[in-house]
Amino acid sequence: MNAPNTYRAQPDERGHFGQFGGRYVAETLMPLILELEREYRAAKADPAFAAQFDDLMNHYVGRPSPLYHAERLSEAVREGAGTGPNGERLGAQIWFKRDELNHTGAHKINNCIGQILLAIRMGKTRIIAETGAGQHGVATAAVCARFGLPCVIYMGAKDVERQQPNVFRMKLLGAEVRPVTSGAATLSDAMNEGLRDWVANVHDTFYIIGTAAGPHPYPELVRDFQSIIGREARAQMLERTGRLPDLLCAAIGGGSNAIGLFHPFLDDESVGMLGVEAAGHGLEGSEHAASLAGGFPGVLHGNKTYLLQDEDGQIAEGHSISAGLDYPGIGPEHAWLRDIGRVEYTSATDQDALDAFQLLCRTEGIIPALEPAHAIAAVTKRARTMRDDQIILANLCGRGDKDIFTVANALGVAI
Amino acid sequence: MSARLSAAFGKGRPALVTFVTAGDGPTGAILDALVEGGADVIELGMPFTDPMADGPAIQAANLRSLAAGTRTADILAIATAFRARHPEVPLVLMGYANPMLRRGPDWFAAAAAAAGVDGVICVDIPPEEDEALGPMLRAQGIDPIRLATPTTDAARLPRVLEGASGFLYYVSVAGITGLQQAAQGSIDAAVARLKAQTRLPVAVGFGVRTPEQAAAIGACADGVVVGSAIVELVAAHGADAPAAVRAYVHSLSEAVASSRKVSR
Repeated sequence: MNAPNTYRAQPDERGHFGQFGGRYVAETLMPLILELEREYRAAKADPAFAAQFDDLMNHYVGRPSPLYHAERLSEAVREGAGTGPNGERLGAQIWFKRDELNHTGAHKINNCIGQILLAIRMGKTRIIAETGAGQHGVATAAVCARFGLPCVIYMGAKDVERQQPNVFRMKLLGAEVRPVTSGAATLSDAMNEGLRDWVANVHDTFYIIGTAAGPHPYPELVRDFQSIIGREARAQMLERTGRLPDLLCAAIGGGSNAIGLFHPFLDDESVGMLGVEAAGHGLEGSEHAASLAGGFPGVLHGNKTYLLQDEDGQIAEGHSISAGLDYPGIGPEHAWLRDIGRVEYTSATDQDALDAFQLLCRTEGIIPALEPAHAIAAVTKRARTMRDDQIILANLCGRGDKDIFTVANALGVAI
Repeated sequence: MSARLSAAFGKGRPALVTFVTAGDGPTGAILDALVEGGADVIELGMPFTDPMADGPAIQAANLRSLAAGTRTADILAIATAFRARHPEVPLVLMGYANPMLRRGPDWFAAAAAAAGVDGVICVDIPPEEDEALGPMLRAQGIDPIRLATPTTDAARLPRVLEGASGFLYYVSVAGITGLQQAAQGSIDAAVARLKAQTRLPVAVGFGVRTPEQAAAIGACADGVVVGSAIVELVAAHGADAPAAVRAYVHSLSEAVASSRKVSR
């Protein structure tokens, strides 16, 4: 396939990223989706909208987030790396975009701020959202409290059990958490229930989707709101080092933190990109959540993308130690970027992530969420094959406070 | 339009359209019971793991069917056998895009045509994504049946009608299947609005349960769709469902037949 002039002009006017994306929704939602698209175009062209977004990013979220050179981690990786074929020293420099320092502890809040401003523009008076691990739910509940809008969060009953601290956080922030018992009672089912609520309450309700997936224009607008990550990182890296990174790396569930980091760099030819899916117990079995590695194109939750599914098109359950990566699909722009070859995708297992989680704790004094721990696992592997003057920039998209119980359990520690 | 569908809507009275989920209970016998009870059009639901437009009754039916091991091949076999037993009764497959597209839209359209299917309702393929399946169905002589809803306003309606065939399914409630029913006044007004724009028969569904409701809708619409109430009978009666379904559908068809004489 010939390389396009730009990788940053997607989607087309119908919301398609190549063959992916689109608007596969019930007719009841179609007029609303079209209205959202019109309103988003207007907001994008409105300097007042951008000013309000930037102000909240600054003073509420705490942006810009730092760009951090993880020197001890880089050194630890360098130790066993040896030399390359021409005697060059191996072990790339590892840098992190510190989005785990955002208010509410992850990148999710960037998107929630953007979407609630849109909801207010559209005159909507009630907010709904789905959540898996609870990070998007907490971020949504926070912005609803901030703007005084009632908030209903759909969460799989199994996730409610696994993520009690986040359930309590959402309640503290004034949200109503509705456990979903249908299907496998996890993220995918929470999204179905969110769509069912929306279809029954289209007149007053705005659905804040948590990742860069769903019907057009969600993948585009979520990407745009999250692209603040990559825009900041690009400027910070140029300022600090005078150059662009050689490789970007981010974990992928639906893929919003990854697309937010990657998108502003897509036309920088020298910058490689690596997305990391959750390989769970390993790609050879069915206990994973790697939709690109183990899935096929299909239609779910409003968009066409790679899905974990059987030969009849029934959706499989994803598995990952990280509830935030435990989704059987992936954002449609990633599906496109993989098919055209602009971004490389790999995976990390539960065990890889646990190892990387502990390594970062001990070398840098940072407790990462299990989601970016997958990216860190891939980074440490890849850094050993790169020269020591090369730079890897990874998105540290969430902090690990929410995961300490899961990790303790996996390590056999009672707390 | 399929000859069987146009005949079903051309009987001089409103058509009774009935839905059941394939593979939930003894489907072949239930389909026979629908016909014996007086159904004019059969909608055969294709089960899906993620039925996001459906309410609790049809969600549960989908999961029961999949748990019993229903495969796409089984659904097509049910359709093929139905067509052999009932050469004149129109059969419509209803479901979600992913199971229909998994082996390719051409494969699905050809397989459905070979099974004697007259129409397809795909809940999550709106007119904007018609090219994903519509052209392949039309090439096989199958009607892609479109949905109109309370949110489909006058500006949008032509988009929905362009490429619609078979009949127009008016979803009378902005919501999911089987829960609330719309006020009769709003249904009358909506049907009048739709019929002013299309010559296709208009069938009304979502939340229709009682013979009285069916009769009231039959007084204005060309067809009445009943789904969740039948699916609930299947859930309650299991292997004995056909008799209960036959009696219930008979009560509906009597009510619909007496609701008015349709002049078309």
